[in-house]
This record gives sequence, C-alpha cells and structure tokens, in this order.
Amino acid sequence: MVGKTESQNGAVKATAAPAMNLESDLFSNFSFKSFKLKTKQQELLLRVSILGLVYILAFITRLFSVLRYESMIHEFDPYFNYRTTLFLTEKGFYEFWNWFDSESWYPLGRIIGGTLYPGLMVTAAFIYWTLRFLRFAVHIREVCVLTAPFFASNTTVVAYFFGKEIWDSGAGLVAAAFIAICPGYISRSVAGSYDNEGVAIFALLLTFYLFVKAVNTGSLAWALASAFGYFYMVSAWGGYVFIINLIPLYVLVLLITGRYSMRLYVAYNCMYVLGMLLAMQIRFVGFQHVQSGEHMAAMGVFFLMQVFYFLDWVKYMLSDTKLFQAFLRITVTSAIAVGALALGVGTASGYISPWTGRFYSLLDPTYAKDNIPIIASVSEHQPTAWSSFMFDFHILLFLFPAGLYFCFKKLSDATIFIVMYGLTSMYFAGVMVRLILVATPAVCLISAIAVSATIKNLTSLLRTKSKTAVAGSSKGTGGSKASSKASFDQSQPFQKNGAIALLLGAFYLLSKYATHCTWVTSEAYSSPSIVLAARGAHGNRVIFDDYREAYFWLRQNTPPDAKVMSWWDYGYQITAMGNRTVIVDNNTWNNTHIATVGRAMSSYEDEAYEIMRSLDVDYVLVVFGGVTGYSSDDINKFLWMVRIGGGVFPVIKEPDYLVNGDYRVDKGAAPKMLNCL
Amino acid sequence: MYQRERERERERDYREEMARSTGKDAQALFHSLRSAYAATPTTLKIIDLYMGFAVFTALIQVVYMAIVGSFPFNSFLSGVLSCVGTAILAVCLRIQVNKDNKEFKDLPPERAFADFVLCNLVLHLVIMNFLG
Repeated sequence: MVGKTESQNGAVKATAAPAMNLESDLFSNFSFKSFKLKTKQQELLLRVSILGLVYILAFITRLFSVLRYESMIHEFDPYFNYRTTLFLTEKGFYEFWNWFDSESWYPLGRIIGGTLYPGLMVTAAFIYWTLRFLRFAVHIREVCVLTAPFFASNTTVVAYFFGKEIWDSGAGLVAAAFIAICPGYISRSVAGSYDNEGVAIFALLLTFYLFVKAVNTGSLAWALASAFGYFYMVSAWGGYVFIINLIPLYVLVLLITGRYSMRLYVAYNCMYVLGMLLAMQIRFVGFQHVQSGEHMAAMGVFFLMQVFYFLDWVKYMLSDTKLFQAFLRITVTSAIAVGALALGVGTASGYISPWTGRFYSLLDPTYAKDNIPIIASVSEHQPTAWSSFMFDFHILLFLFPAGLYFCFKKLSDATIFIVMYGLTSMYFAGVMVRLILVATPAVCLISAIAVSATIKNLTSLLRTKSKTAVAGSSKGTGGSKASSKASFDQSQPFQKNGAIALLLGAFYLLSKYATHCTWVTSEAYSSPSIVLAARGAHGNRVIFDDYREAYFWLRQNTPPDAKVMSWWDYGYQITAMGNRTVIVDNNTWNNTHIATVGRAMSSYEDEAYEIMRSLDVDYVLVVFGGVTGYSSDDINKFLWMVRIGGGVFPVIKEPDYLVNGDYRVDKGAAPKMLNCL
Repeated sequence: MYQRERERERERDYREEMARSTGKDAQALFHSLRSAYAATPTTLKIIDLYMGFAVFTALIQVVYMAIVGSFPFNSFLSGVLSCVGTAILAVCLRIQVNKDNKEFKDLPPERAFADFVLCNLVLHLVIMNFLG
C-alpha cells in the first residue's frame, strides 16, 4: 500500500518540479541545469526505493504460516522435492542425476534422475551452498521453505523491467506492486510451498521479458539470454510447453499482420535453436522437442520463417515483380506440399507422438473426465468458477479489459505479445483452476498498463492547470498545448475537480485491493495442510499435528524395510518423513499400479488381503477425519479410488458402492461399501 | 471428329507455349537472380559460403542417418543441430552486418560479430555435452 501511494506522489512531485523550474529559468541557466539533474536523481531514488519496498513486501507477505505455525514444508508434492534436495546436498550432483530410488513404487522403483524437473532442487541447493560458503550455518529445510518467497520477490523485479519494456517505468512499478501481493501468485508461492511453480513463474516471466527485449532490439545477445531463460524454465516446470507454443503463435501473428522485421528473425531463430538444444539436456524432456506433437508448432513456425524470409530476400534482390510472382507461386506450393507431407507421414507413422492427456484436456476439457480418471480427480484440475477469479484477482479482473484497450491503442511488437499472453492464459485459466497462476503475471502487467495510463492522464490534467499560470511569462515546454488546454479548462472549470475525484477513487480501489490481498493470504493460502487447526468446543483454537505424529510413529515403530500401502496422496510424505517404502505416491506415473491399490482398498477384505500379499505390504495407512470434522479424508476420496480402480479392473463397479445413486457412509450405506477394506 | 482433332492440336500448342514460357521465365529468373547476387559485397558472400557449407554438411549427415539408422539419436540430433544452428547464426550475422538493413544501421559490426562468436560458443558447448 505504501508503495502505491508513493508512486502516485512520485508522478505528481516529479511533474510539479518542472513547473517550478520555469519560474527559476529567469534567474540563471546554471541553476536550471543543476535543478534538472536533481530531479532526475530524485526520480531514480524514488524508483529504486519503491522497487526495494515492493521487493521486501513480496517476501514478507508470504511468511504468515511461518509466523503462525513453524517453518515447515506444506502439502504433499513439496515433500518429494525436499527429499530430493536433501539427497542432492548430501550426495552431490552426479549421484542426484543418476539416482534410482527403490523406496517408492514398491516393486518397480523410480528413476528419479530421469523423471523429475531438476530446476527447483538445483536452485535451492545452489542457494544453500552459497550461504554455507559465506559461513551462514543454515539447514537445508530453511532454504527450501524460503525459496518460493525469495523468487517471488525476484519476479517483481522482472515484472518491473517487463512493464518498462512494454509501456514505461510507471507501468513497471505498478506491475511490480500488483504482482507482489496478487493472491493468484501467492497461493502457490507461500513460504513452505516448496514446489516447482514457485521458481517456474519467475523463469516464465524472465523468458518472456528477455524474448520481448530481443525482438525489440534485434540483438543476438538478448536472444541468447532468452534461450537460457527458456532452459531454466524447462528445467523447472512442465508448463514450459506454454512458452514453446505461445512464442511461435506470437511470431505467426506478427507475420500475418505484416509486422515482421529482421529483428524478429534474429530473435526467434536464435532462441529456438539454442533453446531447443539446451532443453534437450534435461533427461525428463529428452527428445520431445523433435518428436512430440506439442512441440511441433515451434518447428513448423521455424521452417515457415525460413521460407518467408527467403522469399522476402529474393523479392528484394529481384527488381521484376512478374518473375517474382512466378517464383513465389512455385516455392510456396512446394513448401506447403513438403511440410504437409512430412507432418502427415510423421503423425500417421506414430513418430510424432500426439498430444499427451495432460495437455489435451486443456484443449478439450471433457476429455479427462471420460478417459483418464486420475487427471480428473485432482481438485486443482477442475474448471474455474467465477468466484475463484474474483478471489484471486479482485480489481485486476476489470482492469484487465481496460488494459487491453490501452494496449490496442498503442500497438507495438511488445504490446501485441502481452495481449496474446493475457488472452491465451486467461482462456487456460478458465479451463483449469491451477492455471490461474500462469495467467497472473499477464493480468498484473495489463492491469498495470491501465492503471498507469489512467493515472498519468489524470495527473497531466492536474498539471496543466498549474502550468497555465506561468504559460504567459515564458515559452515553457508544451506552452502552446498548455494555452490550448487553458482555454479548454476555462470552458470546463470542473475538469480539475473531476480529475482529483477520479484520482481519489483510484487510490481507494488500490488500497482495497491491498487489503483484500492481505486478508486472502492470511486466511486462505497460509495453511500448511499437514498441520491442521480447528475450533475446540469452547471456541479455542486447537492445533493437531496428527499427520506428522503418524509418520514419525511409522518411522520409529516399524522395521526399516516395512512397506506401507496408502492412497497416493500421502506417498511423498510417508517416504520423506516416515522413511519407509511406499507402493504408490504422488508422481502417478503408473496408472495400473494405482488402480491395483484402488482395487485393494475397495474390495472385500479377503480379496484385498490377496492383493496386499502379492505386493508385500506390511502396513496400511488410511486417513479418517470423523473425530475432528476433517473433511478431506480417505472416505471422501473413496469414490475416486473406486473410479480409478474400476478404470483398469472392471471387477470394481462404482454403482456397487452407491445407494440409489447417493454416496452414504452411515449404516444405510451399500453392502459392498460396508464390507470393503 | 475433325473439330476434336483441331481442339487437341490447339491444346497441345497451348501447352507447348506455356512450357516454353515457364522455361523462359525460369531462365530469366535465374539470370536476374545471378546478376543481382553478383552485386553483393564480398563479406556477405563469404558468410553465404559458410552458410552453404553448414547446410551441405547437415544434408550429408541426414543422408548418412538414412543409410545407417539413427541409433544414438542424441548424437545425430546434436550433429544436425550444430550445422543448422551455425547456419542460422551466420544468417543472423549477415542480417546484422548488411549495410542495406535500416534497422541495424547503428549496430557496429564488431558487436554483431562478437554476438555471433558468443552464440556459437554456447552452441558448441551444448553440442559437446549432448554428443554423448
């Protein structure tokens, strides 16, 4: 909140200073120059201090759960990341890269080195080693817990530079302030949420910023930097597919609208080739850039660009247009034929693999529910409700269309990019709740443009009034404009009042945004789901730590080679905190294995015993929330176990567990439900 | 019947004329391209030569892969992509150094060449890691 009011004051103060300048102009040119220098330095000081405050704010607002509970890792997935980071710091990089883990997915094991995105772990380990080198004796857990807020702060800095690139430094400052406290981003980057997205959003915005900078300047160095940004993004998160499809789409749009230029060629080609090569160094990604359908758009646009620019060059060389037309016809038809042939052969022969289920369900939202129950069961993958949008974005939701309007008024390569990023990410955010996170930077930037442009217009209206007082005495900057505005003002004496009223309204809205964001962060997004709080019978707050106590019981009271069967949600936590082998965990890479567990959970006890014997299970872990009123326990998830088990083993049929189509868990429940494991 | 023969004759004549005109077009195209290209400065021609060499090497590698099979796929990819990559970078250098491009007129050619060298360095480092 402080940052925002300061930026408004800064705009007004910096503009008031030149007005005073014109008066002192009469004294001497020398004092004029020194005053001007001081103004520039003042502006720089303001900008740096605002950015510094926003940086600290972004870090601090994510620390609620650390202050309330303790510094620990939240949720399920972060426990796996924590365990791998621990392994990395203990054993070193080569061991980590070649790690085969036999403690999860019991009989199968998991090739961890080849099936994870190492960016997050390597980043945390790097920070840990740097701090250790500087003789700060920190524990790796502290570093892991605080990695996400640290990178959120870095994201605000990148947002500032991005805003500056697209519009101007005012918009950059507002964008940084918005993204520092936007709940859509906070939800996945609180302290303790040690997950890929915390680092990935920073990498995403960095890659986009560097690419837009490369397109604007046409320099190979910036394109190389954006290739490195892309490499960091690929190492951090599977959502890099968004980048590798958005950038070719953007290039295509520029080509079609005729805004292409040599800078675009340099930027895209360098980034594509180097980025692709760098991305293939990550084992998990492997050869997907040349073999998977999701990456074919980039390659297609790459070849299209070669053809396009070659034609452009030939056109430039030839002076005769008729010859060129003939040449054009031949080349275009042959190129299209070759391209279509290659694509057709590749797809038909299966060499180019089709879109995977995870991403295909983004294009066709009904696909997952019918075909892949595991993807459909994750609550984060459901379509978004309006209330979620309002909850996560608040006033940015209506500033977004306003910002789009401003972008369209001043179209340039950079604004076209941000408009495309905003629109595509908003579409995907509407398909899946989880993707609101990806839309957040775009929404913040575009809204920042709206806010900055509006406030600039309003303050310039205010400024002209004070300028007309001195317009008569000297030929000040924009003197003629000031006099015309003065005549305008005289016809509408309430314009200044209107401007002040609108400014106050804008400040009010922005302060409400800040209050809302802080409230949301404190109430909704700061609970580690592993430590739960509830209201006792007398209204006092009761904190129960059942999860961790259970895992430590496992750790201390079971033999070291015991195998635990539980639903996949808890797999990572059991391996990390209980240090025991599990049958299935959150990686969900083997649907049949999970379906086996689902089948065991939902069969009669004797059948389940057979299945568990075949898997060498020693202990079964179930979560029951009936005593404390905890609603997301295994009984709640049971129907999903049935569905997933039934997806592979038709023996398990969902209607067996329902009573007249209703799911009941009391005495009136279906007989199979009452008798199953 | 007589009419059909005449129609067929006319069709044949028309096709011959089209073939001749496209043949003449292609020749004229070729000539004008050649004469326009001869006017480019030598530095650019050197870059073009380098680019042609890189593409030629890539083609040889693809033919070799078609004969022998693509078993260490990473080696094949790294080989082809190193040729394609350095060809692309050469084109980018040519664009930036060409005095006819108004967008790059205040970019000193030394800076363009330094960028080219840096990107090639990164490219070949990654290729060496990927070669396997």
